[in-house]
Amino acid sequence: MAGRLAQITCRPGHVDNPTRSVKFRQTAATRPRNLRGTRENAMAIAEQQTSSQAGQAAGDGSWHGIVLQTLKRNEISLVPYVPDRVLTPLIRNLHADPFFTTFATAREEEAVGIVSGAWMGGRRGAVLMQTSGFATLANTLASLAVPYQIPLIMFVSERGTLGEFNYGQSLVCRTMRPVLDSLALEHHTITRLDELEFIADRSIKQAVTTQAPVALILNPLLTGGKVFDK
Amino acid sequence: MDARNTKVMNRFDVTQRLIAKLKHEEAVVGGIGNTNFDLWAAGHRPQNFYMLGSMGLAFPIALGVALAQPDRRVFALEGDGSLLMQLGALSTIATLKPKNLIMIVMDNGIYQITGAQPTPAAGVADLVAIALGSGLTNSAWAADEEDFERLIDQAMSVDEPSLIALRIDDKPGVGTTRRDPVQIRERFMHGLGVREPL
Repeated sequence: MAGRLAQITCRPGHVDNPTRSVKFRQTAATRPRNLRGTRENAMAIAEQQTSSQAGQAAGDGSWHGIVLQTLKRNEISLVPYVPDRVLTPLIRNLHADPFFTTFATAREEEAVGIVSGAWMGGRRGAVLMQTSGFATLANTLASLAVPYQIPLIMFVSERGTLGEFNYGQSLVCRTMRPVLDSLALEHHTITRLDELEFIADRSIKQAVTTQAPVALILNPLLTGGKVFDK
Repeated sequence: MDARNTKVMNRFDVTQRLIAKLKHEEAVVGGIGNTNFDLWAAGHRPQNFYMLGSMGLAFPIALGVALAQPDRRVFALEGDGSLLMQLGALSTIATLKPKNLIMIVMDNGIYQITGAQPTPAAGVADLVAIALGSGLTNSAWAADEEDFERLIDQAMSVDEPSLIALRIDDKPGVGTTRRDPVQIRERFMHGLGVREPL
C-alpha cells in the first residue's frame, strides 16, 4: 500500500505551503466515488460548480442546503454525526452526495476523535450533533481539540429552548454555552436564514486559520426545531 | 483463541517489536498513559501521535488518520480500560472497513496508572470476542511474542481492519512522553507529510 504514493497538493488553507506536493494523499479526481448514475453525477458536478462561486446561496435556499454547500465550498468532506430529528434532511442529503463521507458514530466523542485524526492527516471534517450530545464533550474539548489546537467544527442542533417539551433537554441546553465560554471557544447561535451562510463560512475559515474549535448552534428560529409529539 | 491460554507479555517489549517492523512511515497513535509512554520510550518517530487525555479515543483518532490517508497503514495502541470507554467505536470501524487500520489492545485487566484497580471487564469479558461481535472479523489474541509479530505481518497484508489483543503484565510504562500537545500534533502532521516545518 505504501508503495502507491500519490503526488498531490494539499487543500488550500490546510497547510502553510500548499504548492509543495505531499505524499500519501489522494486527489479529488482519484478518490473513489460512489456515483449512482449519470443523473446524480451531473447533479454533483453542477453542485460543485455552484459551490465554487463564493457567496452564491445553495440549491433550494433551505438551511440544510446552505450548510451542505458551505461545507463543500470549504472542502469539508468528512462528516460523522450522532443523529437528531432536526438534522435529518441535512444528514440525508450528505449521504446522497458522493463528495461527503458521512456516517453515524456511537458517541459524539468518537466523532470528535475521528475528525481530529483526519485533520492531522490532511482531511477536513465537521461533526453534527444535538445539544445533549454536546454535553458529553467537555473532557474531549479540554484534552484534545483545544490543547492540540485542532480546528474542530461542530454543528449543534439546539434542543431545550423555544418550545421544548422535555425537561431534561431544557436543562442540559443551559450547560452548553457556559461550557463553551469556560474554554473560551468561539460559538455562534444562528437564528436567521439570511445570516447562516455568512456565519458558517466565515466561522469555518476562522477555525482553520486560527487552529481553534468553533461551535455553530442551529437555533429553532432557523430550523423550526422539534415540537411536542414528533 | 481464549485469552486465558495466552502468554502474559510486556507492553514495552511488544511495542518495540511493533516499531521494529515499521518500514513505510506507518502512523502510530498511542492511547492515554502507559500505552503512549512505552511508544515514546520505544523511540520517537515523526509518525507517532501521543494522546495526553481524551481517554478511549486512540481508535477513533487513528480511524480519522486512516480515512484521510488511505494509502498509509495506521496503527492504534490502546489499553483495555481505555477501549472499554469507547466500545461503540469498534462497530463504527467495522462498518467503515478501512483497509489500512490496525488496532492493538494491551490488556492487563487493570487501571495500572491510577493504582492498579481492576477494570469492570477483568476476568469476565473477552475483548476479542467483543471486537468480533462488533463486526471486526479479523480480530485475534496473540498467543506470545512470536505470534504477535506474525499477526502484525498478517494485518499489514490484508485489505480490512485488524485487531490484535495481547495480555500484558502490570508494569508501568518505561518512559514519559513530553507533554507538549501542540508540538506533538505539529510534528505528527510533518511526519504525515501534511505540513512542512516553518
